[in-house]
Amino acid sequence: MQPANLLLLTIVLSMVAYGLGYARSRSLAMPMGGIRYLKSLPFYYGARAALWCGIPALIVLGLWAAFQGKVIQTLVISSLPQEMLPASEGRASLLLSKISNVANGSLPPGFAEAPILEAAERLKALREQSRLFMSVLVVSVSVLAGFLGWIRVRPAANARTQVEAILKWLFFACAALAILTTVGIIFSVALETFRFFQLIPFTEFFFGSQWSPQTALRADQVAAQGAFGMIPLFTGTLLISAIAMLVAVPVGLLSAIYLSEYANKKVRSVVKPLLEMLAGIPTVVYGFFAALTVAPFISDFAASMGIDASSQSALAAGGVMGIMIIPFVSSLSDDVINAVPQTMRDGSLALGATQSETMKKVIFPAALPGIMGGVLLAVSRAIGETMIVVMAAGLAANLTANPLETVTTVTVQIVTLLTGDQEFDSAKTLAAFALGAMLFLATLLLNVVALKIVRKYREQYD
Amino acid sequence: MTDQRSQAEIVRQSLKRRYRKERRFRAYGILAIAIALSALVVLFTDIIGKGYTGFTKTTITMEVNLDGEMMYLDDATDEKQMKMADFVEPLLQALIKQVPGATEENREAVRDLLNPYASNELREMLQANPDWLGTTQTLTVLAHTDVDVYAKHAGDSAYSIKLSERQQQWVDQLIEKGVVQTSFNDVFFTSGDSRDPSRAGILGAVVGSLLTMIVTLVLSFPIGVAAAIYLEEFAPQNKLTDFIEVNINNLAAVPSIIFGLLGLAVFINLFGMPRSVPVVGGLVLTLMTLPTIIISSRAAIKSVPPSIREAAEGIGASKMQVVLHHVLPLAMPGMLTGSIIGMAQALGETAPLLLIGMVAFIVDVPGGFFESATVLPVQVFLWAGSPELAFIERASAAIMVLLAFLVSMNALAIGLRKRLERRW
Amino acid sequence: MNTINPAVTSEADQYQAEPVAPVREQPEETIIEEGKTVGRPFADNAKFKLRDVNVSYGDTRAIKNISLDVAKNEVIAFIGPSGCGKSTFLRCLNRMNDSIEICKVTGSLQLDDQDIYDRRRDVVELRARVGMVFQKPNPFPKSIYDNVAYGPRIHGLANRKSDLDEIVENSLRKAGLWGEVKDRLDATATGMSGGQQQRLCIARAIAVSPEVILMDEPCSALDPIATARVEELMAEMSESYTIVIVTHSMQQAARVSNRTAYFHLGHLVEVNETNKVFTSPEHELTESYITGRFG
Repeated sequence: MQPANLLLLTIVLSMVAYGLGYARSRSLAMPMGGIRYLKSLPFYYGARAALWCGIPALIVLGLWAAFQGKVIQTLVISSLPQEMLPASEGRASLLLSKISNVANGSLPPGFAEAPILEAAERLKALREQSRLFMSVLVVSVSVLAGFLGWIRVRPAANARTQVEAILKWLFFACAALAILTTVGIIFSVALETFRFFQLIPFTEFFFGSQWSPQTALRADQVAAQGAFGMIPLFTGTLLISAIAMLVAVPVGLLSAIYLSEYANKKVRSVVKPLLEMLAGIPTVVYGFFAALTVAPFISDFAASMGIDASSQSALAAGGVMGIMIIPFVSSLSDDVINAVPQTMRDGSLALGATQSETMKKVIFPAALPGIMGGVLLAVSRAIGETMIVVMAAGLAANLTANPLETVTTVTVQIVTLLTGDQEFDSAKTLAAFALGAMLFLATLLLNVVALKIVRKYREQYD
Repeated sequence: MTDQRSQAEIVRQSLKRRYRKERRFRAYGILAIAIALSALVVLFTDIIGKGYTGFTKTTITMEVNLDGEMMYLDDATDEKQMKMADFVEPLLQALIKQVPGATEENREAVRDLLNPYASNELREMLQANPDWLGTTQTLTVLAHTDVDVYAKHAGDSAYSIKLSERQQQWVDQLIEKGVVQTSFNDVFFTSGDSRDPSRAGILGAVVGSLLTMIVTLVLSFPIGVAAAIYLEEFAPQNKLTDFIEVNINNLAAVPSIIFGLLGLAVFINLFGMPRSVPVVGGLVLTLMTLPTIIISSRAAIKSVPPSIREAAEGIGASKMQVVLHHVLPLAMPGMLTGSIIGMAQALGETAPLLLIGMVAFIVDVPGGFFESATVLPVQVFLWAGSPELAFIERASAAIMVLLAFLVSMNALAIGLRKRLERRW
Repeated sequence: MNTINPAVTSEADQYQAEPVAPVREQPEETIIEEGKTVGRPFADNAKFKLRDVNVSYGDTRAIKNISLDVAKNEVIAFIGPSGCGKSTFLRCLNRMNDSIEICKVTGSLQLDDQDIYDRRRDVVELRARVGMVFQKPNPFPKSIYDNVAYGPRIHGLANRKSDLDEIVENSLRKAGLWGEVKDRLDATATGMSGGQQQRLCIARAIAVSPEVILMDEPCSALDPIATARVEELMAEMSESYTIVIVTHSMQQAARVSNRTAYFHLGHLVEVNETNKVFTSPEHELTESYITGRFG
């Protein structure tokens, strides 16, 4: 049976268990003089039976579905004759896809060697078996546990506290998923990064000024050994982020100030949602705008001024990214400015300060830490932003500070290295994960620092 | 004070200068808002300007003589014959009749006005109406992409016209005769991706997005709400709870592409799940939107006043009953609003899906959660990278569809909040 | 301005500070006649001449037809139960209500025979002449020196650093704070005690040499010792400034003021010499209030 169908079946079984548990509790209560002599309401007896029936089965199902693919793959590979055993993981995945293509019938058997055909048969058989085992196991676990839940419907049992305890654990599991996700991220980038550094020395990655990840595809191929120096990517990311900040911070901050201090209610109620619209536009749309409208405009404009500008200039990507970040900066600044107590404003105004003097000399300095925190969060956004740069910035890893030239960024390289054909343990693929690790660390650091600053700032006025 | 008078004088003298500064400061603010809003306006006009023509298609309508001999076909119900038959010839002959000055010699040039797919269209029509064979029918078929581009953008220097001078004259005349027409582009909404711009549609991407969103919603809403309930109502004050909260806050700010790496390494490489399928996309987007949903759900739970809780606890309800019977229903509007906004974010997300392979060229409309699919923003990305301007036009049109979805989702969220908002 | 409505906030604070007036106000409608004030509301040497003042927030009338003179160099106290409009009225005197969009002020309010609410009237200049001290001490998060120097700086009152130093020192001396802070002028003001902060705010107001100082319950957030210190200060200041003080403490009004005005539900009920108000009030509402029957 397919996992999806099994899932449905388990749910149906749970419902049945609920009904049975409910009915049993009622029938037990009848001779005693009604359900008020039960320790809990019939609902809870039913719910307990349903939970018992469903949860263990779902756990089994989930684990089986998650790992069966990998286990079967390993079995199939290890069953291959000695001379066909793949040398590397990359080979293995190629081989596997061939085998599974034969098994699925998308590759005619005539195109494959005999051992592959055998392996394909084996794969099919294993898949069948796995499915059968899974179905039997899941159904029996579910029925057995459901039966236990049903048997244990006794008037003296406090089903409610048990159901509530199970629910509480479920809720906890959902909350703990956040930890699991973080662990997953760290696990997935750290492992590959570690392997990357076994291939490429530490120093080259951090201090190399050359980035050209094209390694030889085959051992006998004549190709330059790739260079993996992240400095040009790092400076490229910084350049684009800096341009974005130059656009977003003044515009975002000044519009937040205007909206919170000068604009009347009507203007605010129109302008604020419009600004927020900028935040709701998908990044791919900004990328489209940057690549197809802004970048050509900039290069044409520069050409008309007699300046040479790349058609994928950092300025286009950075500028559009800045526009995207404007609402982020303005809403954070707005929060921070509004958190400055009104009494501070009154104190300054009562001394005869104008609004701008109050803003510049009292509110702004008071809000500065909070604004700094917001800007750091915005920077973290900018360096992690992907689509705009993938579409509008180039691939050439130039080490330059000229905004009219093409630069590339960490995120662009991750996407480029991981889309298209990939081999799993080539330095090229691993490099993407190493870059991902750097990106994760950098944004994590920025976020932690920024959140700390903002929190401290808020406490100051609470 | 003796100098009160003179100080008042000093103040008065400084006023002019200070008000000038005040006005300048205010002008900066207005300028900033103007910049932001004009960026918005330029963005929208640019996309609409580039893309509104994507909603029209160019067709050729003419009398076609469905002569069986010409088509090597004598029974339109015979599948074998249908496979072998020539469907180009009748269309070509019909078109040659329409084009003034066209003869058999330049049939190649005339044929290039027809869409390569036009013969398939004719086959489908005949399959549906086998009795048409041997009759003359007025039929409408797709024009070639080059004709489409010429009909819509003649004179626009951004577009390169691939038709020859003579072909251009023909098309002009055909347009005048009403043979070549532009009409609403139903193909765009009813088909999947294609290498031919005039055949390319968003249905595959829309269905892919829908499937992915279903997975995301089904997983992230219950999990997010459960996590929020735990953190707000049950979590003890300890290090573990703090750690969970720190994790959630940080995950909310982790770049989306990192979630793509997670999906690639865990779901695809570790669990051996297939690439480019909506389930994996949905799982990745679930992990990405969970923090948003948890944070907004917690805010919604917080806004339920303690008096409600106390009232329920006062009549002996257990903590869980209080939460499930009273707090949760009251917090639901807020939770739904937050979730819709989270879903809107997920719908527009592109980067993580690129890494799990949802970027493949897929013609078929996906039929299930485990079939290869792409999503709307990725479709935009794919088309935007094409050198052909006809694809760019489609990309803009697809953006408009995407934005329409997003706007309606946000409107739904706002409407929901307005309708169900409670004032305590 | 942002959404926090200052008047509402301060009213809310008052609710916490004092018990709400009892609901048995109905018969008083007959006792109070709008625009009619018993006692001596007018003075010969008026600094402020206020006639038929009405203030409303949207549809709510907060001040109902009040006429009053504030004499030169007098200390006048506004007392009354919470929500009676005394703070609102005070805030009209230097137009601190301007920032509330829905607040509307009508009537004639004159400072030295010039209309305060005249459209040509400059609010910055007005506030430089009419300073204000607030309920909660609100020093800026800057150094002590910068707090006091803020006003003179923005108004350009000092040409040289030494002038500014002198103004700061004089103001701090007048506020009785010099001895306590002269060695730590660079320390941040937020680290001071509440009483010191409030005196710093007074010093800050004095530094621009205003003619009038408005005080909105300046001691409500202070402990008794700090309160005594500030009251002493007010007594010294009354020689050079006109002081209008809103207070919820009748004792304080009795201690510091020359005249006392009793507000009730937006009406100005009675104005008279302080000792007269407290010993032989003319209006029965005043009597009820000062004898503690409500308030």
